Amino acid sequence: MTNFDAIECRIDLLSQGQTDASAAASELLALGEQVLELWIEARDETPGQEKREGFRLLALHRQGARGEPSFNACRETCRELVYHYNLIALEPEHQDIAKRIMLAAMVAKHLCLFVGGKMAVAEIGEFCCSSRDAQAAAR
Amino acid sequence: MSAKYQKVGYYPGCALEGTGHAYNRSTKALGKKLGLDLVEVKNWNCCGAMEVKNIDPKLQSYLSSRVMSIAANEMGLDTVMAPCNGCYHNLKKAEYDLANDPATIETVEKLSGKAGHKAYQAEQVETIHALDWIKQAIGEDGIRERVKNSLSGLKIANYYGCMYTRPRHIFPEKDQGGDSESTLQPHYMDDLLAAAGAEIVDYPLKTACCGGAHTLADSDISTKLVLNLLRTAETCGADVIATECPTCHSGLEMHQIRAETEFQQKTKPVILYFTQLLGLALGVKPKKLGIHENISDALPLLKSRNLA
Repeated sequence: MTNFDAIECRIDLLSQGQTDASAAASELLALGEQVLELWIEARDETPGQEKREGFRLLALHRQGARGEPSFNACRETCRELVYHYNLIALEPEHQDIAKRIMLAAMVAKHLCLFVGGKMAVAEIGEFCCSSRDAQAAAR
Repeated sequence: MSAKYQKVGYYPGCALEGTGHAYNRSTKALGKKLGLDLVEVKNWNCCGAMEVKNIDPKLQSYLSSRVMSIAANEMGLDTVMAPCNGCYHNLKKAEYDLANDPATIETVEKLSGKAGHKAYQAEQVETIHALDWIKQAIGEDGIRERVKNSLSGLKIANYYGCMYTRPRHIFPEKDQGGDSESTLQPHYMDDLLAAAGAEIVDYPLKTACCGGAHTLADSDISTKLVLNLLRTAETCGADVIATECPTCHSGLEMHQIRAETEFQQKTKPVILYFTQLLGLALGVKPKKLGIHENISDALPLLKSRNLA
């Protein structure tokens, strides 16, 4: 099982809402950070500890997109994960909490699938956003 | 409303003559119903899509520039409307490169000379998307006034895909405040369909990746991405996912079926182009909107809501 598979499984488990809401939100955010750490480490960099707008996830996304503009294709997904974290953390007793956790998990899962898929084809860049000039690569 | 967009150059692009045929049909039917004049760019060519860009991005810029050159220099048009996100993105990118990159200008001039047509100069035409076209030419009030069959009761998740807003720098008209489109939270499709009476659900993955071209290399990843888009729409309570890109649309349709056959994961939302939904609201017959050409069978849902 790859790191991405393990993260995906954990996200699926958290989506079932059997964990305390605030803890689930924090863990989903942390899993999002893990996804971005894997991307950054694969590029031979050390994931930073700083925060942007109060969130390490957003700082990691900026780090991951440095020199790789195509990584911005998951910028809004990261921001949505932060938004859903805030929704849950601010109102853990809300009547729609189960749905909110499920949506946060789905956003986290999309980030995991996208980055995992992107890394699987890093050499050829078949994702629309990462298509690259084959002639330049050959040169 | 802007009179400028009453008559625009229409660049359907390759997809709208193939898998996106229903989008072509519904865009034309909607324009006709609204009294807008679509003039197809004559002898248009491929925008370069993904394939040419992967060989040489400047060649892709030339291909897109040729379409704009014909519209401006041979047809006297000042606006080109592209309903496909890929075409729209590539025309915008060519426009940006021709305004900012001397190497692209040199390539375009050289290839245009060889091909025997005038080289396109930056800013000769304005490129807009089908959403800009309807939003600027008709607007929400115009839609509201013309609604014959309200989409009331239909819950819609609007999916814009990734290329409508990215990269931000090639869309200088967006993020200008007021009524301009947002690259972070696009809303034009939400505005128009809400004006037609639909209930728009808050959809957190409206600009997330659908797997698009990646399906050629690894279909399972694309199916999982699409399945997640569909499940999320379902969790948001959506009956329908509205699209504005033929690649996203056919990806959603095909991977919805593949998720069912390969992963035994069935999802309920039906997939319709926003032009089909607006056309229905304005009283255009489903057949004229190509609803029968969609893979996703929306007719039972539409009939249950008296929309078909």
